Amino acid sequence: MAAKVFTWLDERLGLTTIYFTVLDRKVPKVNWWFTLGSASLFLFVMQVVTGIFLTVYYVPSPDHAYDSIQYIMNNVAFGWLIRGIHHWGATLMVIFVFIHMLRTFYFAAYKYPREITWLTGVILLLATLGMGFTGYLLPWNQRAYWATTVGTEIPGTAPFIGDFIIRILRGGSDLSAVTLARFFSVHIWFLPAIILLLIGIHLYLIIRLGISSVPKKED
Amino acid sequence: MSEPNKLDRRDFVKVVVVFVGTTITACVGIPAIGYLLSPALAVQKKEAWIPLGPLENYPIGTPTLVSFTRTTINGWEKTVNSYGVYVVRSDETNYKVLSNMCTHLSCRVTWNEDRDIYICPCHDGHFAIDGQVVYGPPPAPLKEFETKVEEGVLYIHFMEGA
Repeated sequence: MAAKVFTWLDERLGLTTIYFTVLDRKVPKVNWWFTLGSASLFLFVMQVVTGIFLTVYYVPSPDHAYDSIQYIMNNVAFGWLIRGIHHWGATLMVIFVFIHMLRTFYFAAYKYPREITWLTGVILLLATLGMGFTGYLLPWNQRAYWATTVGTEIPGTAPFIGDFIIRILRGGSDLSAVTLARFFSVHIWFLPAIILLLIGIHLYLIIRLGISSVPKKED
Repeated sequence: MSEPNKLDRRDFVKVVVVFVGTTITACVGIPAIGYLLSPALAVQKKEAWIPLGPLENYPIGTPTLVSFTRTTINGWEKTVNSYGVYVVRSDETNYKVLSNMCTHLSCRVTWNEDRDIYICPCHDGHFAIDGQVVYGPPPAPLKEFETKVEEGVLYIHFMEGA
């Protein structure tokens, strides 16, 4: 019965074809450094899932942000776990994506024909850092507040347009409710949308071009 | 060739996969469900004797609306709910206290002096002075509070979520 259902679906959806192209690809003999991309993807999925769960209780307003997180940590069942995974997953993701970039660089995997994979990867790394930066403000505690004060002040030192950049980042001259709301929006909508799109391109190119092998001495 | 009673490699792998899969699903699923449900399951029993002032202050024959508020903590915020009750004195000794909440869909009823009934504005439910349904969709009479009088002061036993 199950086999019949599968055949029926497979004939229409091409599940076997997807399996063979996506998962059963031919790969060169590689090492553990080549797992960092998958690890980053896994962490991203974890961040999306735990992040969605956190929005059930989190409120991005100066009046409620801190208290709603205290509520998640102390009163919601397993709230500490969900937020803990999101917190540590964020740190791990930055580390994994960064080492993934280093691996690609040192193994010269960015060269022809994989330049676009590299370019999308660069934006993905920047977007990951952007997620870290915007997410850091959301707890609205002293550390978040002052980290964002400093973090938005830094681009403000740019000549001529510095003040303009600060105002765009903060949504005004001060760190305020507007800043919190726009950081939240960027954190849960803008950056995830960009990351999803780029991961799509990134993965498509990996499947299309295959992964590079470990460079040999004569390369 | 495997002996009939021995677990062969294929079945062993199946058992392990099912076991590990179930464990992982439970480890992820139970916290996820608990996280979503926990505020709903936290039952707050709200119970108190609310003083409504000296009984003798209430007029005989006319239901009088008394309002009071109750503060509860929901999540990270205080929620202030206001409640209304009608104190109905039929004579010097007999009295009852009725909730103003319509038993149909929880709109608030008001006493209509001219027609001698409580009228619910939402679906035109009518209640008699003692809370009995006389017209409309309400399925039950207005809720009556347990009362007591201590040193002349009227108290009602307020219960919610109980």
